[in-house]
Amino acid sequence: MTASGWIQLALYVGILALLTKPMGLFLVKVLDARGRTFLDPVIKPVERLMYRILGVDPQTEYNWKQYAVAMLLFSLVSCIFTYAILRLQACLPWYGAAQGHLSTVMTPDLAFNTAVSFTTNTNWQSYGGENTMSYFSQMVGLASHNFFSAATGIAIAAALVRAIARDKAKTIGNFWVDLVRINLYVLIPVCIVYALFLVSQGMIQNFRPYTDITVLEQAPATTQPAVQTLQMGPMASQVAIKMLGTNGGGYANANAAHPFENPTPLSNFIQMLSIFLIPSGLTYYLGRTVKSQKHGWAVWASMAVLFIGATTVCWWAESRGNPHFAELGVVQTGGNMEGKEVRFGIFNSALFANITTDASCGAVNSMHDSYTPLGGMMPMLNIQLGEIIFGGVGAGLYGMLVFVVVTIFIAGLMVGRTPEYLGKKIEAYDVKTASLAILILTHSILIFTAWACISDWGRAGLNNNGPHGFSEMLYAYSSAAGNNGSAFAGLNTNTPWWNTTMALAMLFGRFLMIVPIIALAGSLAGKKRIPQSAGSFPVSGVTFVVLLVGTILIAGALTFLPALALGPIVEHFLMTNTTQLF
Amino acid sequence: MSKIQEQRAKQHTEVALAQASDGIIRHFWMSIVATIALAVLVSGVYPLIVWGLAQMIFPNQANGSLLKDKDGKIVGSALIGQRFTDPRFFHPRPSAAGSGYDPMASGGTNLGPTSDKLINGIHKKMPDGKDDPSSFDGVKDLVAAYRRENGLDAVTRIPADAVTRSASGLDPHISVANALLQVPRIARARNMSQEQLRTLIDRYTQGPDLGILGEAGVNVLDINLALEDMKQ
Repeated sequence: MTASGWIQLALYVGILALLTKPMGLFLVKVLDARGRTFLDPVIKPVERLMYRILGVDPQTEYNWKQYAVAMLLFSLVSCIFTYAILRLQACLPWYGAAQGHLSTVMTPDLAFNTAVSFTTNTNWQSYGGENTMSYFSQMVGLASHNFFSAATGIAIAAALVRAIARDKAKTIGNFWVDLVRINLYVLIPVCIVYALFLVSQGMIQNFRPYTDITVLEQAPATTQPAVQTLQMGPMASQVAIKMLGTNGGGYANANAAHPFENPTPLSNFIQMLSIFLIPSGLTYYLGRTVKSQKHGWAVWASMAVLFIGATTVCWWAESRGNPHFAELGVVQTGGNMEGKEVRFGIFNSALFANITTDASCGAVNSMHDSYTPLGGMMPMLNIQLGEIIFGGVGAGLYGMLVFVVVTIFIAGLMVGRTPEYLGKKIEAYDVKTASLAILILTHSILIFTAWACISDWGRAGLNNNGPHGFSEMLYAYSSAAGNNGSAFAGLNTNTPWWNTTMALAMLFGRFLMIVPIIALAGSLAGKKRIPQSAGSFPVSGVTFVVLLVGTILIAGALTFLPALALGPIVEHFLMTNTTQLF
Repeated sequence: MSKIQEQRAKQHTEVALAQASDGIIRHFWMSIVATIALAVLVSGVYPLIVWGLAQMIFPNQANGSLLKDKDGKIVGSALIGQRFTDPRFFHPRPSAAGSGYDPMASGGTNLGPTSDKLINGIHKKMPDGKDDPSSFDGVKDLVAAYRRENGLDAVTRIPADAVTRSASGLDPHISVANALLQVPRIARARNMSQEQLRTLIDRYTQGPDLGILGEAGVNVLDINLALEDMKQ
């Protein structure tokens, strides 16, 4: 653990904190159908045009059921759209640019898994981009969902926050207006500037065919020169939204570890910031909208505490390296370098791993499968806690608010008072929907993992034996149900059983969680806002932060500790105390 | 509350608008239209704007940062590592991408820290005496090979990056310590002074960015191109 690492961590958290307010204020304008922004002169006409094409009246709103139906149908239709593109990619444009190199067959189960994966903001990839996807599939089939699913997540969070702020309201917003405004005012403009920055660092953005290069070292007596085939394509435009929208689906198989996809430490730093930019801004949006900025910052602080804690443990574990390497005479001043890039080193790998799993991003700049047991456990735990540590765009905030409701309920029980959140009474229905959202996530993870463990199809995909193999399966379903998309990537999941069960876990983790949350929003919106009094439960300050963090950790620990004990924890003790290998 | 704050608070009071009567059929139709209309924007207009601007402002980067030798022949990308085994060159890290530095199969070993395969490797021969395709060099083999190639004794400790595989399998860099251990071998093979090579390493060490971000490393293709240039 080096001084430069601590400085970079401080720099990261500091810049993130500074960006939170401007981003939050901008989101306040965008997420209000009547809000005005400095981009209006350019974008307002496009926005009006979209409403005309869609036939939406932006002066109207939906109740929670209508909102949920609109969201579900849009997800369904756009999912089928992508499935069709993937299956038909050989007939669509630009297939020829990579022809001969697309060696992975686009089977129905792979296309289903991939379409669901991108629709649910998971971006789990059972394939490697460079040998599976045409430019058209990447740019239209996949990148479109990077926008759609991100905007959907933000829309749901906005609906929930509005519901909390409103007084005896029937409606929670207009899904189509939210969808259009988030895309037009936030995602597209930021991505244009961001993608150009990424290109300046060395990321590719072209439509050229894959390029053969005669490499420098040539064996003297061969007639066939040694060549290296370079992947080309519209990468920067896709990577910008993959990070900003916390999607995480790599353009190349190696994702953000690939030198084209993350060329420099500077591009790495900006990519890490862009993952948390919107989730962090949304906490400010929350504070501003419910008129309690302190509450917004308290939520931010709870997230920051969990983020810094997990990052530090992971970084510490990776810095210590692998004792088995040390025995062979390897000096690990940097730490465990297996599966890590020299330009990022230990600290930036560990930091990225935690950011990407705190959020539902899932991009990786190092291979989590090769982390030390405890180092690899932290990303897994981040996902299992529900990705509420800043979290996915929108998904992080609504997930966190579910925990806020549960915390207030528990605190209310402890002091024997009717729990009340910002003037809204929390009643049995609200606690039930909140609990349902948490239980769906945890059950999807544990039940699917258990099923895979006792099945031949499950164990057939393993790349590691012993406790690490169990960790691979546990990580896979955590990642799927949590809509993260990162992996202990040795696991081969491109089989019908894995593709299908993973797709189901992703669907449960996304939609079975969102529907109770929209129902919660509907219930909260309809309640009367009681004025705050001295007896109200304070939702800011240290006490609240401690209670919230405690609730999250207890819920997470109680649920997942037994499973983690069988995987990373036992592997840690085997690694440090024995010479046993698997 | 000051007046301005009061005004601000008023502006952001959440008031519901009238409720629309849109039903399921209507939402279904809007979903189809929205998917197509938004896809035109985010998968058509947006990437093409980025493509146009990138090709105008950063054409070199946008097309893969390709490097040319003195004859103008493309010899690689500044960002993508290549395989070097000849003693006259600096050697990159071991790679798990295909048969080594294959950009068509980027990735790491994905072997865990207690994997027997990762530590000890797999050594199988086919009946005809050739290596079985499942053969794999463990870290133990890589350490031995590194010592042998560079004429190091059994007590010299080896930098971790020299015997571990990167995440992408295309890592263009090696650590400075790794480069320095290779100096005597290259000096012998090329008849150069070790001093010259150390100066070269100094010149081709990149990073950290902005003096603080990331780690320093030597770009292997860059420095090997420089070595070839010096020869002529």
